[in-house]
Amino acid sequence: MKRRTLLASAAALSLAAGAAFAQDVPKIGFVYVGPVNDGGWSQHHHESAMKMKEHFGDAIELIEQESVPEGADAERVLTQMALSGADLIFTTSFGYMDPTINVAAKFPDVKFEHATGYKTAENVSVYSARFYEGRAITGYLAGAMTETNKIGYIASFPIPEVIRGINSSYIHAKQANPDVEIAVVWISTWFDPAKEADATQALLDQGADVVLAHTDSTAPLAVLEKAGAYGFGQAADMAEYKPEPRLSSIIDDWAPYYIERVQAVIDGSWESVNTWDGIGAGMVGIGEFTGPIPDDVVATVTQMKEDIAAGDYHPFTGPLNKQDGSAWLAEGEVADDGTLAGMDFYVEGVTGSIPN
Amino acid sequence: MDPVLLVASIMVSATPILLAAIGEMVVEKSGVLNLGVEGMMIVGAVMGFAIAVTTGSPVLGFLGAAVASAVLSLSFGLLTQYLLSNQVATGLGLTLVGLGLSALIGSNYEGQRAPSLAKLDIPGLGGIPVLGPMLFAHDFVVYLSLALVAAVWAFLKYTRAGLILRAVGEDHESAHALGYKVVRVRMLAIAFGGACAGLGGAYVSLVRVPQWTEGMTAGAGWIALAIVVFASWRPLGVLIGAYLFGGVSVIQLNLQAAGTTVPVELLSMSPYLITIIVLVIISARGAHGAPGSLGRPFHAAS
Repeated sequence: MKRRTLLASAAALSLAAGAAFAQDVPKIGFVYVGPVNDGGWSQHHHESAMKMKEHFGDAIELIEQESVPEGADAERVLTQMALSGADLIFTTSFGYMDPTINVAAKFPDVKFEHATGYKTAENVSVYSARFYEGRAITGYLAGAMTETNKIGYIASFPIPEVIRGINSSYIHAKQANPDVEIAVVWISTWFDPAKEADATQALLDQGADVVLAHTDSTAPLAVLEKAGAYGFGQAADMAEYKPEPRLSSIIDDWAPYYIERVQAVIDGSWESVNTWDGIGAGMVGIGEFTGPIPDDVVATVTQMKEDIAAGDYHPFTGPLNKQDGSAWLAEGEVADDGTLAGMDFYVEGVTGSIPN
Repeated sequence: MDPVLLVASIMVSATPILLAAIGEMVVEKSGVLNLGVEGMMIVGAVMGFAIAVTTGSPVLGFLGAAVASAVLSLSFGLLTQYLLSNQVATGLGLTLVGLGLSALIGSNYEGQRAPSLAKLDIPGLGGIPVLGPMLFAHDFVVYLSLALVAAVWAFLKYTRAGLILRAVGEDHESAHALGYKVVRVRMLAIAFGGACAGLGGAYVSLVRVPQWTEGMTAGAGWIALAIVVFASWRPLGVLIGAYLFGGVSVIQLNLQAAGTTVPVELLSMSPYLITIIVLVIISARGAHGAPGSLGRPFHAAS
C-alpha cells in the first residue's frame, strides 16, 4: 500500500516541478527506501537532494520517489523513471543494488549512482560514506558512558556496511572500557519504528544502558529517553533528542557529492566511479556532543575525530583478531579497503553469530 | 533472561494488535470484511498523538483516536452497506486513504514528544512480588484491551444483541426476514471495529514507540486481520493469537539481546508456521468458523 502513497507524492512533486518543465534540462531522479520525513537516512538523502536542486535551480529537473521497497518493486520504479526521461538516477539504499544493475543494463544512456553498494558498471557508479569512522566516535562514547558494561546495537541486515559499524563500535567501546560487552539484535528492516522500539526495549531488558542503532527512525531514542538510557543520532543529527538521550550523532552529508555528480552530467564529463569518503572529506559528520559526557572523554573523541579526518588514525588498526581468535591485523597494520568493503566477520570479543 | 520484564514487554507489544483484532472480529462476525484495519490504525495513531500533544492528555488522545477511526470506518460502512460497493476493494482503499491522510495530518507532529501515560498502580496487586510488576504495573489501555476481549465474548455469547449480530453475520437474508435491521447492525459493528483499531494505533504512537513517524504501524493491521482467521472468529482465540504474535517477536529480540544461539530465522517464522498449521487443522476438520455471510453484499429485496 505504500507504493500508492509514493505514487501520489511523486505525482504531486512532478506537478510542482511542472512549472519549470523544459525539454533539454537534465532530469535527476532519486529513489528512497523510507518516507522522506523518517528523521534519518532517507530524510538526509532527500535534504541533500534539495540542496543540490537549490544549487542548480532551473538548470535541472528533480524527480523523487519515496518508500520504494527493495526488490522487484524497485526495478519497476527505476524502469519507470528511466522511461520518463531521467538522465541520472540516485538509488539510495543497499538493497537497490541488483535492481539498479539490471535496469542500468537495459538503459545504457541513463546514468545511475547506487549508494553503499559494490557493483559498478559502465553507467553505474557507487558511492558510500565511511560510517565506521563515525562509529568509532559513537562506540567510544558508548563504552565510556555505560555503567552496566553492556552496550546494545540494533542492526538491520547482515551486510558489510552494518558489520563494519558493529566492529568499529565494539573496538572503540573497548578502548574506553575494557570490560564492555556488546549485544547485537538483528531486525531485518531499515524502517519499522515499532520493531526498532521493541528491539531497544529488549536490549534495555537484557541490561544494556547505551544503545547504538543502525536503522532509520528515531524510535530507539524515544524509548531510550523514557528509560533514562543513552543513544545516538543515526544518519541525521536527531537534534530533537538533545541533550539526552542523544549524546552525539553520525550525520550523512551527501549534498557536495550530489552537486559534483550532477555537474558532471551537465558538463558531459560523467564517468563511472567508486567513491568512499569519510570524516576527512565531510561526507560523514559528527554531531555536537551533548549530555553528561565527562570533559576528558569529549577531549579524547574530539582528538580521535581530528586524527581520523587528517588520516593519522584508522579505526581498524591492529592488533586485531577475528571472532574465532584467528589473527587478522598485526600490530600497527591497518585494514585495506577490499577487506572492509566485503567484511563478513566479527572481530574478537563480539558474541553471537551473523545471520545468513 | 528476566521473565518479569519479558512478560511485561510481551503485554505491551501484543496490545495494539489485540485491540485491532478484537474489533475486526466483531465486524466479521456481523458479516462484513473490512480490510482497512491498517488504515484505521494509522489514523488512530496520528490522531491520538496529535490530540495528546495538543491537550497534554494521553487519555483524550486515546478517546480522539477511537472517535476519528470510527468516523473513518463509517465512510467504509456508507460505501459498502448503502452504496453496495465491493468490500475487499473498499477496505483496501480505506487503508490507502488512511496512510495518506495520516501522513498529511502528521507532518506537523514529526519529532514531537508525547505526554507519557501513567502506569496504573493497583493498590495491593502491584505489590505482589514477581506477579505484581509482571501483570499489574501497566497502563490502563492494556487492561482495557483484556476487558474488551471478555466483554466481546460475553456480548456474543450471552446477550440478545450479540445473538442478533451473529445471526446477521451467518445469514443476512434470514435475519432480514425476521425483521432485524441488517444494515444498521453492520454499521454499528463497523464503527466498533474502527474505534478498536484507532485505540490500537494510538497505543503504538503514544506508548509503544512513543512518537509519530509516517507509516509507523508498519503492517500491524494486516497481522490483526490474520489473527482473526487464526482465532476462527473466537474471542479467546484472538487473545491467544495476539499474545502469540507479540510474544514471539519480543522473545526473539530478547534471545538475540541475551546472546543465545537459537537461529533468528527460525524464531521469526514461528508465528506464521503456527498459523498455517492451525489453518490446516481447522480446514481438515471442515469447520472453519467463518460467518456464513462474510463479505457478501446485502441488498434488501423488499
